[in-house]
Amino acid sequence: MIHQHDVVIIGGGIAGLTAALTATKNNCQVAVVSKVHVTRSHSVAAQGGIAASLGNQEEDNWEWHMYDTVKGSDYLADQNAVEILTKEAPNEIYTLEHLGVPFSRNPQGKIDQRKFGGHTKNYGEAPIKRACYVSDRTGRAIMDTLFDQCQQQNVTFYNEIYIQQLLFESNLCCGAAGYDIATGTAHIFHCRAVVLATGGLGRIYKTTSNGFASTGDGFALALEASLPLEDMEFVQFHPTGIYGFGILISEAARAEGGVLRNGLGERFMEHYAPTLKDLAPRDIVSRAILKEINEGKGVDGKDYVNLDLRGLGKEVLDQKLPEITSFVKTYLGIDPSQTPIPVAPTCHYAMGGIPTDVEGHAIADITGAVLPGFYAVGECACVSVHGANRLGCNSLIDLIVFGKRAGLSILREVKERIFPPLPEQAESIVEDKINSLLESKGTERIHVLRENLQCLMTQQCSVFRNGKNLQQTLEQIQELKHKVQNICLTNKSKTFNMELQEAFELHNMIKVAEVIVFSALKRRESRGAHFRSDYPDRDDEQWLKHTFVHQTPNGLKESYRPLLPGRFAAQKRRY
Amino acid sequence: MIVALKIYRFNPKTDKAPHFDIFKVEAEPNERILDCLNKIRWTQDSSLSFRMSCAHGICGSDGLTINGQSALACQKLIKDYNYQGEIVIEPLKYFEVVKDLIVDLKPFFERLKLITPKKPQNKTNTEIKKERIQSIKERSLFDDALKCILCGCCYGACPVTVEQDQDFVGPAAVLRAQRYIFDSRTTDETERLNILQKPHGVWGCKSYYLCTVVCPKNIKVTEAILRTKKKIIHEKQTKTQ
Repeated sequence: MIHQHDVVIIGGGIAGLTAALTATKNNCQVAVVSKVHVTRSHSVAAQGGIAASLGNQEEDNWEWHMYDTVKGSDYLADQNAVEILTKEAPNEIYTLEHLGVPFSRNPQGKIDQRKFGGHTKNYGEAPIKRACYVSDRTGRAIMDTLFDQCQQQNVTFYNEIYIQQLLFESNLCCGAAGYDIATGTAHIFHCRAVVLATGGLGRIYKTTSNGFASTGDGFALALEASLPLEDMEFVQFHPTGIYGFGILISEAARAEGGVLRNGLGERFMEHYAPTLKDLAPRDIVSRAILKEINEGKGVDGKDYVNLDLRGLGKEVLDQKLPEITSFVKTYLGIDPSQTPIPVAPTCHYAMGGIPTDVEGHAIADITGAVLPGFYAVGECACVSVHGANRLGCNSLIDLIVFGKRAGLSILREVKERIFPPLPEQAESIVEDKINSLLESKGTERIHVLRENLQCLMTQQCSVFRNGKNLQQTLEQIQELKHKVQNICLTNKSKTFNMELQEAFELHNMIKVAEVIVFSALKRRESRGAHFRSDYPDRDDEQWLKHTFVHQTPNGLKESYRPLLPGRFAAQKRRY
Repeated sequence: MIVALKIYRFNPKTDKAPHFDIFKVEAEPNERILDCLNKIRWTQDSSLSFRMSCAHGICGSDGLTINGQSALACQKLIKDYNYQGEIVIEPLKYFEVVKDLIVDLKPFFERLKLITPKKPQNKTNTEIKKERIQSIKERSLFDDALKCILCGCCYGACPVTVEQDQDFVGPAAVLRAQRYIFDSRTTDETERLNILQKPHGVWGCKSYYLCTVVCPKNIKVTEAILRTKKKIIHEKQTKTQ
């Protein structure tokens, strides 16, 4: 089946829907294609808030927000992009409010704001109230509003379509090919512009806050299309995942007064970040937790610490943190107003991704050459505003600001562009891929290989890394790459075959994991979320540059893009 | 320990009639029903089909009928049921089954679209420089409805949708309409109320309260529907006066 639309957006989270809503004007036909029903996209799991210097609670300005973002990124963010993000953030919040997003309010009836990790007043003096929020279901509320708006604007949705590859004809992106998960039939999307908005990759790790759908598909689609991936070594581990589950407990819990305590009951963050304490950026808090655990100061000698919310009172928990209160009750049987919550770092967010310019165009190499008709937004993109470590609440505002900018550039550019011809037999490419998997007669099982990969990545390539282990891990991933060619599918049906989908996803996860480990091995310094115990210091002279990794016939190949000088020069990062 | 799950199986394309399979899995009392379904699929029967995504009750993918009642597979733990006997897993009632535990959600999303006025009320005005003021009290009037995750559990529990009126717009759709109608910022409230007054609209609700009983997010769904009905009556009275 061939579908023709001016624009096809792959992924229906907040970035994808923002781009869709922006581009649906002047008769521009937009379609959103998702492997889940779009309202299931993982943006709905965002809890704590969305950052903008509205100054509703206390004096604030975009330059402070910019400084915090750049410092939080360990100076690897592109400062021109951060400037755009922080300058445009307040008006984008107002626009969302006018679209209908039901922000929580302060006593004056304005949008309420609360503190969040790494966000400060006057260049690092003290925490500031900058996070706008909808109790602790901010992502859900924004998604619902955008979805309702897209319904009104008649954006076309293709739910439960799994995209297998991007289509190019003589270097022009002309669409994407995939299949209907319900029936196994091929669906070809023919368009003038493709937007990748596929979200994250948390499922590459054993413990993650991400849903089952976050398998890094977009990163792999780009790699296969010979596009580079930027800064993939920087993977964020959120400090407070529910122990054993990895389910996110928002930083808002600490913003509202929660504190982390080790097994001795000590408020240990005071030693690691004397000014911001529990509201230090995530890379710092995650390392601190694991350091405490490694020193034997985990709770009961185990590998977790406690998040103590007992001081908050029932009213704050009910009004401002109702979702996480219910998660803790459901999964641990704990009332957080009475008992501390066991937490440990959980894989949360990819700072790296498909390199783009500030208009959402994907970039082909370190020269910054733009690929016509091809865009990327959201977590699968890297613009780069988060550098080596993202601040909480900066992801949602990234989705909105750059999702919209991509939508606007599409509006400007798409009508001048022709529909490039489709490659011949696009449909049979899809069918062949499905059939060859269904007919596979190998000996390897998908869930076993996936578990191997997840354990490997969690043990060797999470918060602490070192060169020797990374080198070994890279070799083990090569082995997995061979093994995955020899898998066996026991389900031969084409109707909602979850095994088939998981086979495609596993191929993607292995490819993307290889890029993460490769990038981490090459960067011989420690910066932000990337900590090398064999190179524990930041090295600005050598490494103030972005990693670009391409897939070539001879394996992965790295190159580096220098940072442009920005407003804030790199300094030692103290909190 | 070993837990037995009795699971509904049906592929309308190949099977004449649905049947049940019983699977025994090793599981802890604290594990999610969803964890067990995955174990079965990964190690015993890869042809089992169900939906899942976030696995912690926020995306709304895995609404099922568990021991006769609508629930989310990722939100219910083994210990929530009598696991000495079989735990019975079926698809959500009301919806058409497309494969095993997967149902056709088209009618659900169509109903959500149905309650939305065709003309967008708000324009994305780039000149916007401030938020609209809304008091904490005004904002609280629709707070409960914001918890909805569109899982469809209420449709599987409602005697009206399941047994009496296939075309009833349904609890979640009225709830979503209520969220806008009671939002002080909404300008197309009358249009929204008019849509709900049509046949199979809000008056289809007979207040069985079963949507409220099963709602995985503990939303007072029936109360929201009743408030919407009251609002319609109130509007009519003010008009005739």
